[in-house]
Amino acid sequence: MAQKNPPALSYLTDQLWNSNQILVAVLGICSALGVTNRLSVAVTMGLSVSFVTAFSSLLVSALRKITPDSVRMITQLAIISVFVTIIDQFLQAYFYSLSKVLSVFVGLIITNCVVMGRTEGMAKNVTPLPAFMDGLGAGLGYMLVICIVGAIRELFGFGQLFNYQVVPLSWYASPENPNGYENFALMVSPPAAFFIIGGMIWLFNLINKK
Amino acid sequence: MLMGDYSFLNLFGLLIQSVFIENFLLANFLGMCTYLACSNKLKTANGLGVAVVLVLTISGILNWCVFKFVTGAGALSWLSFFGIDAANINLNFLQFLLFISIIAGFTQMLEIIIEKFSPALYSSLGLYLPLIAVNCAILGACLFAVTRNYPFFPNLIYVFASGLGWWLAIALVAAIREKLAVSDVVPGLRGMGITFIVSGLMAMAFQGFTGIKLATPTTSALVTANQALELQTAPEPSQANF
Repeated sequence: MAQKNPPALSYLTDQLWNSNQILVAVLGICSALGVTNRLSVAVTMGLSVSFVTAFSSLLVSALRKITPDSVRMITQLAIISVFVTIIDQFLQAYFYSLSKVLSVFVGLIITNCVVMGRTEGMAKNVTPLPAFMDGLGAGLGYMLVICIVGAIRELFGFGQLFNYQVVPLSWYASPENPNGYENFALMVSPPAAFFIIGGMIWLFNLINKK
Repeated sequence: MLMGDYSFLNLFGLLIQSVFIENFLLANFLGMCTYLACSNKLKTANGLGVAVVLVLTISGILNWCVFKFVTGAGALSWLSFFGIDAANINLNFLQFLLFISIIAGFTQMLEIIIEKFSPALYSSLGLYLPLIAVNCAILGACLFAVTRNYPFFPNLIYVFASGLGWWLAIALVAAIREKLAVSDVVPGLRGMGITFIVSGLMAMAFQGFTGIKLATPTTSALVTANQALELQTAPEPSQANF
């Protein structure tokens, strides 16, 4: 293949910011909204998606010459669901409580457009190593965004980060001190994620325009 | 197995609950990618909505059968009819692979059939079918139905109503976006940014329904009366007071 010119690492870094899957391509939104009200859940989800994207890109790329074009989609879906099953079984075995919180969202990594977009858009055209790097970068870029959203939602919605109290308890409103701090209940509820991601896209456009 | 503890009134409650209270797009956020890409025009949104209702209903039924007879715990016990003792085999790990294959395979078949028999329908609907194979609303509804262990008819109502709810949401937002196209939005927010914020406001509107429980199965009238009493005395859900 003649596409040796850009070093493999640049595939990774490019995905992290310049062509970030959530902010630029607007893919993978479902789970970005559904699982981000706790930071720990967002980190787990980000790591799982990175793993699945990286390895299914690797495998799709390795099989790219022997996959007939007509059954391409279903082959990719099968490869992806194999890795998702691995993640699902792993989470159920070692992080049972987290896997209960994530419930169907682990299974929904299969239809996460980030994974499909990378295998379809990149992995089927390049050699395995760049494909792996590209997949890993896309997953990490996705993780970056959902972790920011998760951090904002958990900090303002619960006053906590990773389930540790960050906002001092003495600030909270109590019968003696009715004008104290209160958690922002909207942040816990789903629509907040829309507003935060909408705001992030706005910021991203402002920064990249300069 | 067909009805479980559900009465006909419960089925109606389940229908209302899946369309409005647990709307797939605006409360569960499933099927977002397709929704963001195809909600520019009301016409496109309607075509996509019909296709989703159709595919979701049928693949929901197929996947329910797969769960009941292949992948669920103890589901293979019917093999004892042929003298094979398979009641202890749990094929749970095959669930994702089978579900997604059925959905993808079914959409592909449907595309071929529609193309063959009704070119007019194909030109309006066929375009969206490949898109739907990777729509998380379909897989999501199938997985939710399985985790909640619905009997056959509640499952049927659930997947059908989830599709309807998805259609309702995408049609509503598409109508708003048609207006947005001609309005004056901050440059940085144009396109996707404002769509997110509009969807957020819509989701807040749909959140007004939370806390209403219509779909709990009732075995006797006594239980219903008790529940109604509990509902009256129960404190307001804390989520509602933002």
